[in-house]
Amino acid sequence: MSDPVLSIRDLTVEIPTRGGLLRPVDQVSYDIAKGEILGVVGESGAGKSMAGNAVIGLLNRPAKITGGEIWLNGTRIDKLQGENMRRLRGKDIGMVFQDPLTSLNPLLTIGDQLTETMLQHLSITQTEARKRAIAALEEVGIPAASERLDSYPHEFSGGMRQRVVIALALCAEPSLIIADEPTTALDVSVQAQIIALLKRLCRDRGTAVMLITHDMGVIAETADRVAVMYAGRLAELGPVREVITAPEHPYTDGLMGSTPLASKGLKRLRQIPGSMPRLTAMPTGCAFHPRCPKAQDICRHDPRPRRDGGRAACHFPITHSAEETA
Amino acid sequence: MAMIEVTHLTRIFDVSKPWLNRVLERLPKALLTAVSDVSFKVEERTVYALVGESGSGKSTIGKMAVGLLSPSEGSVTINGIDLTRETDAAKMDKARSDIQMIFQDPYASLNPRWKVRDIINEPVTARGGSGVGLAEKLLEQVGLSALDADKFPHEFSGGQRQRICIARALASEPKLIVCDEPTSALDVSVQAQVLNLMTNLQEDLGLTYLFISHDLTVVQHISDKIGVLYLGRLVEEGTPDQLFDDPKHPYTQMLLAAAPKMDGFGREIDPPQGEIPDPINPPTGCAFHPRCPLATRQCSAERPVMRELRGARVACHEAT
Repeated sequence: MSDPVLSIRDLTVEIPTRGGLLRPVDQVSYDIAKGEILGVVGESGAGKSMAGNAVIGLLNRPAKITGGEIWLNGTRIDKLQGENMRRLRGKDIGMVFQDPLTSLNPLLTIGDQLTETMLQHLSITQTEARKRAIAALEEVGIPAASERLDSYPHEFSGGMRQRVVIALALCAEPSLIIADEPTTALDVSVQAQIIALLKRLCRDRGTAVMLITHDMGVIAETADRVAVMYAGRLAELGPVREVITAPEHPYTDGLMGSTPLASKGLKRLRQIPGSMPRLTAMPTGCAFHPRCPKAQDICRHDPRPRRDGGRAACHFPITHSAEETA
Repeated sequence: MAMIEVTHLTRIFDVSKPWLNRVLERLPKALLTAVSDVSFKVEERTVYALVGESGSGKSTIGKMAVGLLSPSEGSVTINGIDLTRETDAAKMDKARSDIQMIFQDPYASLNPRWKVRDIINEPVTARGGSGVGLAEKLLEQVGLSALDADKFPHEFSGGQRQRICIARALASEPKLIVCDEPTSALDVSVQAQVLNLMTNLQEDLGLTYLFISHDLTVVQHISDKIGVLYLGRLVEEGTPDQLFDDPKHPYTQMLLAAAPKMDGFGREIDPPQGEIPDPINPPTGCAFHPRCPLATRQCSAERPVMRELRGARVACHEAT
């Protein structure tokens, strides 16, 4: 494999509070290769968005990176400040957020927003930028692109707006896209359109994608590899098919099992007892041990980290027979 | 007798600009038909689900079913009592106390200044009943602790708040609960807990649910019968098996094909074309015809009526 586009090593984000030091992201490591889609799943509070925001330097104070390294195309970026970080955002890393209405400026036409981004990051003329903006809108499937260029965001439907956001994220030709719940606010049929679009564009350009979502179905269909996060830590990381069909970490297993799809035909869904610990009351050892059916003494004081080559951060990973994984 | 019977239900909203603007700008009145001629029955002790995308009118039907909105045409009958036309106050009162509702957002539907005890007891105390010990009993029934009655809503997580909403809905001992997207704001593992709780309560207390959701997988799991809505019209109705194994309406087929699947690794689908049309100017004839692969001239001229097809009901000229 060639050098990864994005490489996160032992990333730790901490928030100092009156009640003590909180750690929403705890020693997370993963890589994303060129053209690869990495799905990051987890429930609310698992730290998946926080890790994404750390990469683009959008952590809100007092949250800050206190450990680890972030490398983008061979350059270390976690120490970048102000202007240097701003140049990186949009140019090298594109972003797609959940709510397309709040990520577009309501007072500017979408043409202005697209050309502004391109003029900022690429050395091209105004006319050239406008031409490229039309091409970008056509590429994301907006009909009559040259006329819609002068429309305002409110004149588009939700799905069309998300297409504009994708055009905006891709217009400076970044090497990495961070898509944080890009289809959560959309209907099923529109979601399918947006996912297909994102997949096609990134494959054509070889853009690496960090797809943050809580929807296992979207991950299964879109991602190449998947990282499962729990309470700020990486519980499992591996190829999407293996993680979903034969999860090794008991949390992944419980999470997959509690989706209505996995419990098809059962009158009751499988459920994980209890709930995710609060950051203020993180259990010792493995964060999942109070809810884990396989927990033993060692889990209570020794959080086994994920080893290189292994999939799950667990002392007693679930083993699967060959036919289950097939 | 059916627990709830909805016949030819229609709701039209006036979304016109203010009077003066209309005169000055010579604009016509704008009427939005949110629900158009919907009829269905929910049998006692069953779960009936309404699915559809945003703007399909599912929540509007739910609100009309509990009497929060009045229908423009048609009627809602609860246990034989017509909610819109009944004049006997005592009967009305009885019908109303049999209905409760659970909403989507457990953060917005609990008063932050009230203690959990007062929130849960309100449906009873508002009718002059005594709520002594009631909240504690219900909290334990929904899997919380009786000690939680003295807390405030902000002390609970989303899933726990939804449990409080369920406890409140149970307080007046209803027969019918209208659940409007009760698990959409929850994480999958919490959703599993809440859905299991709802199934347990339904069996133990003999409840009837009108379950409104956009999530096909949840609906498939929980319901006995499913109605699929498109642009305010019921396009197909059947049991989960009928609907998921043999979808008859092209819209249902499109929805099922578009829904992400856990085993759809690297699946490449032709995403559905187009979006839901503007409900102020809905297409003529069948509302789905501009996006439908089977559409004929008849579909754009004539609105299909509900007909029986292999045990299910479908509103489509072409479905076979």
